[in-house]
Amino acid sequence: MPVNTKAIGKTYEPVTYAVGREKIREYARAVGESDPVCMDLDAARAAGYADLLAPPMFAVVYSAPAVGPPIFDPEIELNFAMMVHGGQEFEWGQPVVAGDEVTTTASVKDISEADGRGYYVFESVSVNQRGEQVCRGTWTNIVRGV
Amino acid sequence: MPELKPGEQIPEVRVTPDKYLTARYAGASGDFNPIHIDEEFAKAVGLPGRILHGLWTMAQVARAQTEAAGGAARLKRLKVQFRGMGLPEHEVLVTGTVREETDHSTVLIDTVAEQDGNQIIRNAEAEVSV
Repeated sequence: MPVNTKAIGKTYEPVTYAVGREKIREYARAVGESDPVCMDLDAARAAGYADLLAPPMFAVVYSAPAVGPPIFDPEIELNFAMMVHGGQEFEWGQPVVAGDEVTTTASVKDISEADGRGYYVFESVSVNQRGEQVCRGTWTNIVRGV
Repeated sequence: MPELKPGEQIPEVRVTPDKYLTARYAGASGDFNPIHIDEEFAKAVGLPGRILHGLWTMAQVARAQTEAAGGAARLKRLKVQFRGMGLPEHEVLVTGTVREETDHSTVLIDTVAEQDGNQIIRNAEAEVSV
């Protein structure tokens, strides 16, 4: 069954995420972050940040809620049970600190098929409360047996 | 801090995720897919058991770059391919080599994460400000 490509270019409703200080600490502990500006408020302020700095991969926390809807969009017909996360890219812009509100818009960048696998590529663009880009993510999901 | 010159290796990161890491990371990240936290579910869908979140492993790759470059804010871009699956209670080893300077303040690093000799993140490329 060929993959359904009609949703390429489709854009979804933006999702806003409020970045909390303790959420940054919880995430930093879970990934073993070693930079004190992600855990110690005094260190963060001494380094010139208004509050704790989010580790780079915290991008997952604020942008993933926007990427859920395309994965489960019936128009895309992505077979979630057979999906694996094939690849990921993040490109960071302005730093994210506790207290920021990050708004992420997801879109369908590409859908293709090769060797019986479906390749579903989603893009997320995240901006802060000042409209500055903080991250762009490219999420490649592979579905076996399409 | 080491010099990040072309051909140099970055300091390796070795970390062994403990038995409950996937539960803590699920809570921290919001990814509660049962293949990461439910042993019986994971086995029922043909996995050897609970597997690591790929994005946790990617965070270890990210940490190797930021520790080499001297801070969490220094990672500008990271692109990875996930292969196979990572397992709790097995050491993850992240290594990397500086490929080139793209300008006076940025380097490109080729990096991988392996576990028991298998690359679980491969062909990864990091852009780091130095």
